[in-house]
Amino acid sequence: MPGTVVEDPPVAEDPPAPRERTRRVITEVPSRADRRFNQITMGAGISVLVLLTLVGLFLMIQSSDALGETGIWTFLTRTEWRTDVTPARIGVLGLLAGTVLVAVVAVVIAVPLSVFSALAITEYSTAKRRKWLVGVVDLLAAVPSLLFGLWGFLYLSDKIVPISLWLTQNFGWFPLFKTSEDASLTGSIFIAGIVVALMVLPIITSVVREVFSQTPPGEKEAALALGGTRWGMIKTVVLPFGKGGIVGGSMLGLGRALGETIAVALLLPQVPQKIGESIHILQNGGATVSGFIANRAGADEFTTSGLLAAGLVLFIITLGTNMIASVVVSKSRSGAGVDI
Amino acid sequence: MPDVDVDVDVDSEVEQDLEENLTEDDRNEAEKVFAKKVEIIGGPPAGPATLEAKDACAWFGDRLVLEGVDLVMPKGKVTALIGPSGCGKSTFLRLLNRMHELIPGAALDGEILLDGDDIYAAGTRAQQVRMRIGMVFQKPNPFPAMTIRENVLAALKLARLKCDDKDTLVEQSLLRAGLWKEVRDRLDSPGGALSGGQQQRLCIARSLAVHPNVLLMDEPCSALDPTSTRRVEETIDELRGEVTVVIVTHNMQQAQRVSDLCAFFLAAENQPGMVVEQGPTDVMFSTPTDPRTLDYVQGRFG
Amino acid sequence: MTSTTSATSATPETSTKTTTMATASRAPRNRKRTARRPREFTTFDVWVLVGSLISALCLNWLIFYRLTAGASAFGFLLGSYVTFLAIFAIVTTDRVGRLVASDRVMTVVVVTAAAIVFIPLVLLIGYILVEGLKALRPSFFFEDQQGITPVMPATSGGGFHAIIGTIEQVGLALLWSLPLALAAAVFLNESRSKWRRPVRIFVDAMSGLPSIVAGLFIFATLILPFAKSGNPLFGYNGFMASLALAITMLPTITRTVEVVLRLVPDGLREASLALGASRARTVWSVVFPTSRTGMTTAVVLGIARAVGETAPLLFTSFGYDLMNSNPFAGSQESLPLFVYRNIRKPDIAAVQRGFAGALVLMLIVLGLFAIARFIGRDRSKRKARGPKPATPNSAQAAKQPLKGGSNA
Repeated sequence: MPGTVVEDPPVAEDPPAPRERTRRVITEVPSRADRRFNQITMGAGISVLVLLTLVGLFLMIQSSDALGETGIWTFLTRTEWRTDVTPARIGVLGLLAGTVLVAVVAVVIAVPLSVFSALAITEYSTAKRRKWLVGVVDLLAAVPSLLFGLWGFLYLSDKIVPISLWLTQNFGWFPLFKTSEDASLTGSIFIAGIVVALMVLPIITSVVREVFSQTPPGEKEAALALGGTRWGMIKTVVLPFGKGGIVGGSMLGLGRALGETIAVALLLPQVPQKIGESIHILQNGGATVSGFIANRAGADEFTTSGLLAAGLVLFIITLGTNMIASVVVSKSRSGAGVDI
Repeated sequence: MPDVDVDVDVDSEVEQDLEENLTEDDRNEAEKVFAKKVEIIGGPPAGPATLEAKDACAWFGDRLVLEGVDLVMPKGKVTALIGPSGCGKSTFLRLLNRMHELIPGAALDGEILLDGDDIYAAGTRAQQVRMRIGMVFQKPNPFPAMTIRENVLAALKLARLKCDDKDTLVEQSLLRAGLWKEVRDRLDSPGGALSGGQQQRLCIARSLAVHPNVLLMDEPCSALDPTSTRRVEETIDELRGEVTVVIVTHNMQQAQRVSDLCAFFLAAENQPGMVVEQGPTDVMFSTPTDPRTLDYVQGRFG
Repeated sequence: MTSTTSATSATPETSTKTTTMATASRAPRNRKRTARRPREFTTFDVWVLVGSLISALCLNWLIFYRLTAGASAFGFLLGSYVTFLAIFAIVTTDRVGRLVASDRVMTVVVVTAAAIVFIPLVLLIGYILVEGLKALRPSFFFEDQQGITPVMPATSGGGFHAIIGTIEQVGLALLWSLPLALAAAVFLNESRSKWRRPVRIFVDAMSGLPSIVAGLFIFATLILPFAKSGNPLFGYNGFMASLALAITMLPTITRTVEVVLRLVPDGLREASLALGASRARTVWSVVFPTSRTGMTTAVVLGIARAVGETAPLLFTSFGYDLMNSNPFAGSQESLPLFVYRNIRKPDIAAVQRGFAGALVLMLIVLGLFAIARFIGRDRSKRKARGPKPATPNSAQAAKQPLKGGSNA
């Protein structure tokens, strides 16, 4: 139409450049009181760290004397410990053998008992009975190891000797149960193992109980609804679920048994034996690292250094066991929520 | 016009595809499998059974939660228990297979008759009862430590029953539950590695494996997506005549689709639950007698 | 359209009517309703159990005491138990089948295991009680071992010096370890520092240090090198013992207190911060009071363990027969050492004296344990099945844990 002005359509301008955005990380700016607080707590944490590092360092330094003279490999592989000859011949293998044997006997006895006790607590008890049982297990944990050693040494030992006798008479063909002709049956690794078993029982029971109580109730119900008995349900659901916890708890108990000192100092003669001999758990004999150290209070410099080296070896083994225990438990289905 | 499924997970799409491929061949194969008779030694007598509740009451400690329930669940039929939450439907269901007594402090009165025999008679073992009266739960609970095959056969292991042809039994149970096609290649993979709907069907297969006379279902579809729900309802449909089914459901449309009879549970404030009305489903939903039933089925309260 | 259809009518599927409560004709409900619980274990089953037990005992008695020689009480009991299980299993299987039989047998086994846990405890406490009372007299609490010779009776002399020693050593050990442990626990749980992980690893690792090595360490570092200098502070004394004890107590208390702090719900901390409190104030005014019970329990349990510790003392305070109330100079006796040293002496009187000391030690430890449980008891009026806020127990305190930092 005439008169109409046709304008060019407006050209779109470039869109305005995006505004520069800066990411601001917002953190807490502590007040003065908070800064003090942070300093104190951080100081405490670091002190603990430093302190314990120092302990570890000193341990290594102090034991280097004996280790240097003996040589690490020899120390680890020699079974005898004789400071009456010069140069002194010391080695930790005999002690380690005894330590491990006592701990293994203890765990072998304690684990089935613990698992069944844990089942008794979680699956076979009313609320009232449960409180009682848990209380009993706790009480067992509270008794000092000295009293266990005392009771074991002066009371239980004599009661167990007939069992050892029966075992060696009827099962002596089994290398573990063999004893030499007129060997005494007191002060044996077997007896020490039984007493230590009672000491680690509460620890294992406590872990396994926590794990069992976390079994998903839906699966337990399903097993019962399918026509299973209580034991069938336990076998199908509770035990497979708690496998990790049982293994982890056992290793934790093993770690504790390895470090047990006073009870075994009282129960064993603490004379390191050759490997072949110390396997005879029913007869008198054997030494553990901690018990051996306990019998040598006030030793001279060299012996002390050697003892420290032995203690260090034991510490490393216990550390390893505990670490494996925590890994096993946290990786298992049951252990993920358990505080180990 | 295709249905719009808002929350479609991958599995249900796969399930749809597989379902549409249920060809004639599949049906023939299924028939052949079912033709083989699998014998379970020591198992329950064959066929569906009638369940009857006579003046059933239930307590939790001192609190009466269910009172005077008289209900016949006829054999081979599907009975639905409907009603708002907290009226004792699940408690009643658990009375039927003696799961109620597992709760400390639980007690009951009245009789529950399975084909005329009181399941609570002195000396009757709960474990035997639960072999004949199976249960499927609201939340699927397959045993994760077992393979799919082991899950299906779990009831046999738990009740220590022997069976001459385990593979056929597994196949039959999975077919009845509508799960066979999807898992036939991976019977040895763990039972926990399935989708929610598949897990529930596995639980159904597991319950059916021991050839129970009655199957109790406690809101089996409430945790499932619509496609899996449909599958489970189809399974219930196919079970009619072979097994007596008692299903608790909040979903009234489901009750209408699936059941032959309905019982409407209701509990007034601080009162124990009771059966207000019961009867054939079509009547219950169209012309019920009690006004409360009418209100409920029309959705005026829930 | 009401129709009176009985609830038990024969063919409900053909009826087109429903049954309501009002319309159902039922037998009048005059019968009183009684709540009952089904019992599976009938009286007859009890007789089976008792019968198996008796027959097992008889059979074993016959074998052990009549037919063979060399019987022992334990052997008899063990044999009887095994025979009892076997007989019970066979009879039950015959009656009700393998499935239920295995369930019943396992129930017996589980109950036995629980009893086995119970019995040694009773035996131990009873033994110490009986033996200790033989020699315990009030003089025990006032006298030391001055002038006691092996020919004097067990009741002469006392253990007062040991008690003082224990109090001083444990007290000092608490002084060194408790503030540090508390602060470290607060650091581990309340702060967000990246040092948390290494500190936690170290604390857990050190709780695995055998206590004897702790004592040996103090000996080698602080006593032996100064043996020639004659400085009493760096010789055998209670102070050194307290250091060794502190090293043992530090990781344990840190860990248990940390667990207690962790159990305080985060919601409380957030609420406090939202009200404008600083982190320090939050910890002091909110977290600590909330966890007061748990912390006290943890501390009391730590004390109980320290009182019973013997191993660290062997190399540090060495033991002494006379009263020495100065922990900074000279060997000092403490209760565990008193017991340990006396038990190993050859004369009977000394051993009995040791028992007296053991009894006192046991009473103290059990007393502390009871106090800890009393403090941690469930005080609220919760229903029986409600959850109880967790307080540490001694079994947990006895665990030597190692967290690789995986559990926060």
